[in-house]
Amino acid sequence: MQITSPAFKENARAALADAQLQKALGNVREGFIDKRQRAVDALPEFDALRDSARSIKDHALAHLDLYLEAYEKKVTEAGGHVHWAETGADARAIILEICRAAGARTVTKGKSMITEEIELNHFLEKEGIRPVETDLGEYIIQLRRESPSHIIAPAVHLTKEQVEADFRRMHDHLPFARDLSEPESLLNEARRVLRAQYFMADVGITGANFLVAETGSSVIVTNEGNGDLTQILPRVHVVVASIEKIVPTLEDMGQILRVLARSATGQDMSVYTTVSTGPRRPGDPDGPDEYHVVLVDNGRSAMLGTEFQDMLRCIRCGACMNHCPVYHAVGGHAYGSVYPGPMGAVLTPSLVGVDKAGHLPNASTFCGRCEAVCPMRIPLPKMMRHWREREFSRGLNPATQRYGLRAWALFARHPRLYRLATAIAIPALSLFSAGKGRFRHLPLAGGWTKHRDMPAPEGRTFMQQWRDRDALKQGGQA
Amino acid sequence: MSGREAILNKVRGALGVSFGDASRASAVARRLDDAPVGVVPARGQLPESDRIALFCAMALKVSASVDRVKGPGEVPEAVAAYLRSKNLPASVRMGADERLQAMPWKAVPALEVKSGPAGAEDEVGVSHAIAGVAETGTVVLHSGAANPTTVNFLPEHHIVVVDAKEIAGDLETVFSRIRHRFGKGTMPRTVNLITGPSRSGDIEQKLLLGAHGPRALHLIVVDAG
Ligand code: SF4
Repeated sequence: MQITSPAFKENARAALADAQLQKALGNVREGFIDKRQRAVDALPEFDALRDSARSIKDHALAHLDLYLEAYEKKVTEAGGHVHWAETGADARAIILEICRAAGARTVTKGKSMITEEIELNHFLEKEGIRPVETDLGEYIIQLRRESPSHIIAPAVHLTKEQVEADFRRMHDHLPFARDLSEPESLLNEARRVLRAQYFMADVGITGANFLVAETGSSVIVTNEGNGDLTQILPRVHVVVASIEKIVPTLEDMGQILRVLARSATGQDMSVYTTVSTGPRRPGDPDGPDEYHVVLVDNGRSAMLGTEFQDMLRCIRCGACMNHCPVYHAVGGHAYGSVYPGPMGAVLTPSLVGVDKAGHLPNASTFCGRCEAVCPMRIPLPKMMRHWREREFSRGLNPATQRYGLRAWALFARHPRLYRLATAIAIPALSLFSAGKGRFRHLPLAGGWTKHRDMPAPEGRTFMQQWRDRDALKQGGQA
Repeated sequence: MSGREAILNKVRGALGVSFGDASRASAVARRLDDAPVGVVPARGQLPESDRIALFCAMALKVSASVDRVKGPGEVPEAVAAYLRSKNLPASVRMGADERLQAMPWKAVPALEVKSGPAGAEDEVGVSHAIAGVAETGTVVLHSGAANPTTVNFLPEHHIVVVDAKEIAGDLETVFSRIRHRFGKGTMPRTVNLITGPSRSGDIEQKLLLGAHGPRALHLIVVDAG
C-alpha cells in the first residue's frame, strides 16, 4: 500500500483550500447521514442486530484458524482452489500466476478494497496484463489514475464536471459533440464502454464481503451488478479476500447483512447479494470454469490478541467516515492511505506501522460519532488513543508536528493572526501556480499532488468567502 | 513453510491457542452444525397475507415493479403485457426452468421465447425465483442447468416470476430452504439475492438506475390459481 500519511497535515491544508473538493464533499455530508438514520429508525431491532453481528465476528475471530480450515475444505469440495498469501507481494504473485495460466490479457475487476491495499492494478499493468475496474466509481478513478477517496464511494471527491472531462479525454473514440452534462449520460456511457470489456476479459477478479465457512462460499454485496458480470462472464473467477472476512454460517451472514447496507447507504438491503461456491457445475450453461480464492493475511494475524483485534470486525461500510467531521473537512485522499477516515486511522498504522501512519490517529476530534454509528460496535476513538499512546511512548511524534502544533496553538489564541497569515499565504500560493490555476507540485505536500493536481487558490481565504456567504444568506439570496 | 501453515501458525500464536484444542474444535463444529438463527426482525415474521403485501410494498420501495396473477397459466400474458407497456420487442430470453416451461407461452401470439444463457443482444430476461423475502422485497434465484445466471444480469429488463407461497418472511427461512434442497453445506454455483434494479450513486451521490445490471426489475407474483 502506498502511504503518504506522514504528509497528513500538508494534505489536509491543501484539501481545505480545494474548492472543487469542498463542493464534492458536501455530497457526503448531505447524502449519507440522513439516509442511514431513516433506515435505522425504520428497524426497531437494529441495535440488537448490531450486538448479534458483533458477537458473531468476535466468535469467528477467536476461532479463526479453525474456520479458515473448515472454509478451505468446503471450497475444495466444491471444486475451487484456495491459495494462502502472507503478504501483499505473495498475493500479487499468486494472482499473476493464475492470470498467466489462463493466458489473460484483460482482467475485469469488481470493487475490492483488498486489491487496492495490495496495489494489484499497478502490478498487473507492469506485467503486461490490463486490469479494468468495472464499478462506476472505481472506473472513474482508474481513468484518473487516482486511489479511492472513500471505501464505498471511491469517486466521492469528484464533481460531475470532472467526470465529464475525464470521459471526453479517455473515450476519444466517441463523438465530441455528445451531451455529457448529466450524471445519467455519464452512467450510460460507462455502461456501454464497460459492457464490451466484460466479454473481452479472460479473468474476473472480485473481492468478498463474506466468506462462509459452512458452505465454502464467497459473497459480494453490490448495487451496480458489475461484480456479477465480472465473475460470470470470464473463464476464470478469482476472489481476493482478507482472512477476517470469515463468518461461520449463512445465518451469521444474514445478521451482518441487515446492518451492512443500512449503515453504508441507508438501503435495507443492497441490490445484489451474490453467494458463489466453486466453478460452474456439470450442465451449467454459464459461469466460470475455474474458481480461485486468494486468502490474504497482510498484517491481520498480527492484530489478533492485541488491543486492535476489534478492528478486524470491520465490514467496510463507511459509516464512520460518513459521520466524521475531519473526513468531511479534508476528504479521503488527505489520509494518504486507501483506508481513510476513522477506520483508516486505526487500520492503516496496524497494517503499515505506526512510524508511517502515526499522524492518522491524531486526525480526530474525538467526538465519538464514528463509534456511535459503527454497526460492528468498534471502539474507534479508544483505539486511536492506543495508537497515540504508542506513538508518543516511542517518541515518534515528528518535530514538524510538534512545531506545527505550537504554531496552531498560537493561531488558536490569536484568530486575527491566523486570518492575516492565510490572507498573506494565499496570494503567495497563487504565484506558484504560474497563472494555470492548478499546481502540479506543492512544496511539502507531495503526497497530495501525487494523487491529483491541486487547484490554485482563487485569491480569497476560506474565512473571507465564509463571511461573504453569510452576508449573502442574510440578504436572502443563498 | 507454506503460506497456509505460516498464516495458521501466526493466527494460533496470536490467539494463544494450540493446535488440536478439542474444546475449540467442538465449539466450531457445533456452530457449523446448528447454524443458530440470530435476531429476526418482527417484520420478517408476519402471517401469510401480510407477508405477501409487505413483499410487494418493499419491492416497490426499491423501484421494482410488481404484478400479481392468479396462477402460472397467466404468466405469459402478463409478460407480454409488460413488454407492450414498455414498447419492447416481443422477445424474451429464459433458461429451461421446468416451472417456466410448463407455462403456455405458445398461447401468446408472436412472442418469441429464446432458450439458454443470455448474450449481449438480449433485451429482456425471464427467471423463476426459488423464493422471495418479504422483509426486504428480495427475490432469490440460483444457477443450474436450467437457470443461467447471465439472464439475471445482461438484459436491460429482468422479469422474475415468484410463487406467492414461496415468499418467506425472512432471510433465515430461505437459507434453511436452500439447505434442505441442496443438502447441508452444499450450494449451487451461484445464489443471487436481488433487491430492486441495478443502481449507482457514484457520480455526486445521485442515485441512478441501470448501472451495469438490468435497468428495470419486474416481479410477477403468482397466487395459487
Ligand atoms: S469501522 Fe465500523 S463504521 Fe467504520 S467502516 Fe468499519 S464497520 Fe463501518
